Amino acid sequence: MIWNETFECMSREEMRRCQSRRLVDMVERVYHNVPFYRKKMQEMGVGPEDIRGIEDLPKLPFTTKQDLRDNYPYELFAVPMSEVVRVHASSGTTGKPTVVGYTRKDLATWSEVMARTLTAAGVTRHDFVHVAYGYGLFTGGLGAHCGAEKIGASVIPISGGNTRRQLQIMHDFGSTALACTPSYALHLAEALMESDYNRDEFKLRVGTFGAEPWTENMRREIEEKFRIKAIDIFGLSEIIGPGVSSECTCQNGLHVFEDHFVPEIIDPVTLEVLPEGADGEIVFTTITKEGLPLLRYRTRDLTSLDYSPCRCGRTLVRMKKCFGRSDDMLIIRGVNVFPSQVETVLLEMKETSPHYIITVDRKNNLDTLELQVEVKEEFPFDRISELQKLTDRIKRTMESALQISLSVKLVETKTIARSEGKAVRVIDKRKIGNRE
Amino acid sequence: MTVKQLSVFLENRSGRLTDVLETLGAENINITSLTVADTSEYGILRLIVSDAEKALQLLKSNGFSAGLTEVIALSIPHQVGSLAKILKTLSDNQLSIEYIYAFCLGDKAIVVLRTDHRAKAFEIITNNHFTPVSENDIKNM
Repeated sequence: MIWNETFECMSREEMRRCQSRRLVDMVERVYHNVPFYRKKMQEMGVGPEDIRGIEDLPKLPFTTKQDLRDNYPYELFAVPMSEVVRVHASSGTTGKPTVVGYTRKDLATWSEVMARTLTAAGVTRHDFVHVAYGYGLFTGGLGAHCGAEKIGASVIPISGGNTRRQLQIMHDFGSTALACTPSYALHLAEALMESDYNRDEFKLRVGTFGAEPWTENMRREIEEKFRIKAIDIFGLSEIIGPGVSSECTCQNGLHVFEDHFVPEIIDPVTLEVLPEGADGEIVFTTITKEGLPLLRYRTRDLTSLDYSPCRCGRTLVRMKKCFGRSDDMLIIRGVNVFPSQVETVLLEMKETSPHYIITVDRKNNLDTLELQVEVKEEFPFDRISELQKLTDRIKRTMESALQISLSVKLVETKTIARSEGKAVRVIDKRKIGNRE
Repeated sequence: MTVKQLSVFLENRSGRLTDVLETLGAENINITSLTVADTSEYGILRLIVSDAEKALQLLKSNGFSAGLTEVIALSIPHQVGSLAKILKTLSDNQLSIEYIYAFCLGDKAIVVLRTDHRAKAFEIITNNHFTPVSENDIKNM
């Protein structure tokens, strides 16, 4: 099933014309409305008149997460705030979140691309869509929600957490489609197997899973344990949220909704655009966005693009499952975590040194994060209660800065290796995101 | 009237206690008492030694997380019920104790305790004629 055949199945030639038209219009808008981009383009000696079509995309400047941070919270918005009807946010590299804004038209675009995503997964107006992504500043919940409403499905906005209740509602309400992170899907599947419920009494048949990297093995495990079809979806709040690209039921690459988000693959070191099919960092230009239009946004996700037509009939370019990152960002239970955030918090505490080790693991299909922290030499070591209080305080401060739960382990002074060049601060035991 | 106690923060790793003892032994520091308060992740080793200041420098320079704590030590008869008697006096006077441990030496026993209300503790000790132990006493044990 295809939600919007006009755009999802147009010829490559038509798609390029559509992208060209929209890019020219977008560059005009950002040049005149966003001082940051005007300055950047002037420095490069590029004006709106130099951008005649999609082939001129490489002439434009890149945008990074750091740029969003430097212009926190609203400086990159291209419309007056009176036009912004919604804001979302995700974690930034240090204390401050990355803020994104949507106009009414942007929300309509988001619903459209999520409607395409759900339709590509085989979801229709007859489905009950169980949205177990978190609702709130995180884009997952509301993104899936609006797309499901747009196709006319019945939405169950249960949000994340409380696994027992998830199963009860799924069972009693007759949920047929599940939207959440893949690790939570697997957790739910296993909770169902261990519960008193009988799988045959559930109507669940499909799931759209994203917001974190997962492997083909994990897909097979979810499909076998849950007895559903598991569809990989991709998105990031900077571009729009979920709905940037999605697999169809062929499960062979994620179709990029490139009439809105134009992808390029670049070499993360030289920043050169790489030829079709090459592995590299995927970069998006949001050619229809009004609130926060971004030129060549560097996602840091590593993948490749395939322009050959898909068996499903879509002509949209397909990106492979991401196989890694070109920075040190971790995705833990769908939340972006940067080691630099941990360092920022530790530097503000008097009792700890800024040396730490983050250990990420996956236990019972849920990501865990353990933080090892060195206590400073001057700490009065005599009382367990003082150490316990310190542990609790670090945990609370970190959890509020990182927006995920974690455990804290105090270690002896000077036992964490000091950096000689590039320090190993992160141990990821999950074995995901690697090439398969 | 207090005694310096050495407190060492130790991760629960095998061989860690031996490291401390060998470091002290190599510099001829004698240990009068030793206890460990443990949690699932780490422990605090509490020691009364022949030369607390020297031991502290030694441990710190060898990379251990250590500090000194002033504790109160009392000498009591090594007899049935004598510790209970002392504790009852302390609790009757509403003195809260952070932690306590004891060890025997022949017909005597030494009780070591930490309280945050030291002045009050001294008052009770004086009023009830308990026998405090000084650092010198410990060195001569």
